[in-house]
Amino acid sequence: MILISSVKVIVVVVAVLTGCAWSTWLERKVVGHMQHRMGPTFAGPYGLLQPIADFIKLIFKEDIVPSGVERVAYGLAPVLSFIPAMLVFAVVPFAADATLFGHEIKMVISDLNIGILFVFAVTSLGVYGLVMAGWSSGSKYSLLGSLRASAQMISYEVSYGLSIVGIVLIANTLSLRELVEMQGSDSIWFFSNWFVFKQPLGFLLYLTCAIAETNRLPFDMPEAESELVAGYHTEYSSMRFATFFVSEYANMLAVSAVGATLFFGGWQGPYLPSIVWFILKVFCFMFFYIWLRGTFPRFRYDQLMSFGWKVLFPLALLNVIVTAAFVMLD
Amino acid sequence: MFETLYPILFLVVVAAVLAVALVSMSLIFGRRTRMGKKTEPYECGMTPVGTTKNPVPVKFYMVAILFILFDIEVIFLYPWAVISNKLGTFGFIEMIVFIIILLVGYFYILGRGALKWD
Repeated sequence: MILISSVKVIVVVVAVLTGCAWSTWLERKVVGHMQHRMGPTFAGPYGLLQPIADFIKLIFKEDIVPSGVERVAYGLAPVLSFIPAMLVFAVVPFAADATLFGHEIKMVISDLNIGILFVFAVTSLGVYGLVMAGWSSGSKYSLLGSLRASAQMISYEVSYGLSIVGIVLIANTLSLRELVEMQGSDSIWFFSNWFVFKQPLGFLLYLTCAIAETNRLPFDMPEAESELVAGYHTEYSSMRFATFFVSEYANMLAVSAVGATLFFGGWQGPYLPSIVWFILKVFCFMFFYIWLRGTFPRFRYDQLMSFGWKVLFPLALLNVIVTAAFVMLD
Repeated sequence: MFETLYPILFLVVVAAVLAVALVSMSLIFGRRTRMGKKTEPYECGMTPVGTTKNPVPVKFYMVAILFILFDIEVIFLYPWAVISNKLGTFGFIEMIVFIIILLVGYFYILGRGALKWD
């Protein structure tokens, strides 16, 4: 049992890291084509080896520690933003249960019965890495970036949490595995039980808050290049910077995976193997992220904050009340 | 219990080891040069002015405090949502009362201008 779950952990970690690496390729390629450029083309066919080239380059870069830093917090920050990003994948079911040598294997690292709460608890931990990075760097850009990041992330956290309550009301469970099983359907309309059709407003709220939580455009205030250089990781170089970069992409993959699981039936789907369906759905989310980046300009900070508190929060509460009323009348 | 918690603990350990390994990679393989101004914090090429240990605008504290209040209230909604089918109409009315109290607080802070950013 211990062996099997350890293997699952290793496989998932490797898969997530690979996903992160080639998400950077996907992003550069897609944004490139959106702007009538080619994107990466030199390393390998279609530039597919670009992430490896980047990785090797970053390893051999000089690790500069600026003079004014608080050393402990500065060193811990990348690690602390990396761990929560990976932890989310502990409860996301990535394929249908399989049988191997007579053992039934659940295709999820840990089938927690409070899966959704775990996801939210862990995502909120991500803010510590950002705050520590900005505060310890001794640079004004970093400090401003991390201040913005913390205020933005905690503001959107409230609506983020509320947007899922509707699903819990319908399903009466917090376990992601049970939620996925509930969304399966044998009919020709295989998507008829997906929660996105029962919770359209909840889905839109989740999507918006998830983009703000992962600090992506059009909510990428914490690292607004044109104002703050690189935001909270201005003073980080070489692999320390790469760790922040990887955890940002891991966070994107995590909210994509959770979104696909909660609203689009996770691994459920006809004909193709369940894992393929799951990866397909996650990358649809990723493509949507990149598409947004290629399309939208950045919000202003006060617009962002009032949007979170004055639009998303009341809408999320309304969604909860309406869903509760429907569920009760049913 | 052990069956569900052990993999998470193992994942924490794997992620931590991996993160430390990633960070220390360029400490081992990277170039090392020491030049005078290189380790100064970046400020568009100018000599840095002042310190970064300034007081933070109080608005950020306001947002943080409001976040704690509202997030706790969101967490209260989860247990209710899980057993809402068993609580039925009673639970629904109780929760509406709870949400109304929450909304009174929300409109109070809105009226006091705690969420203004200009």
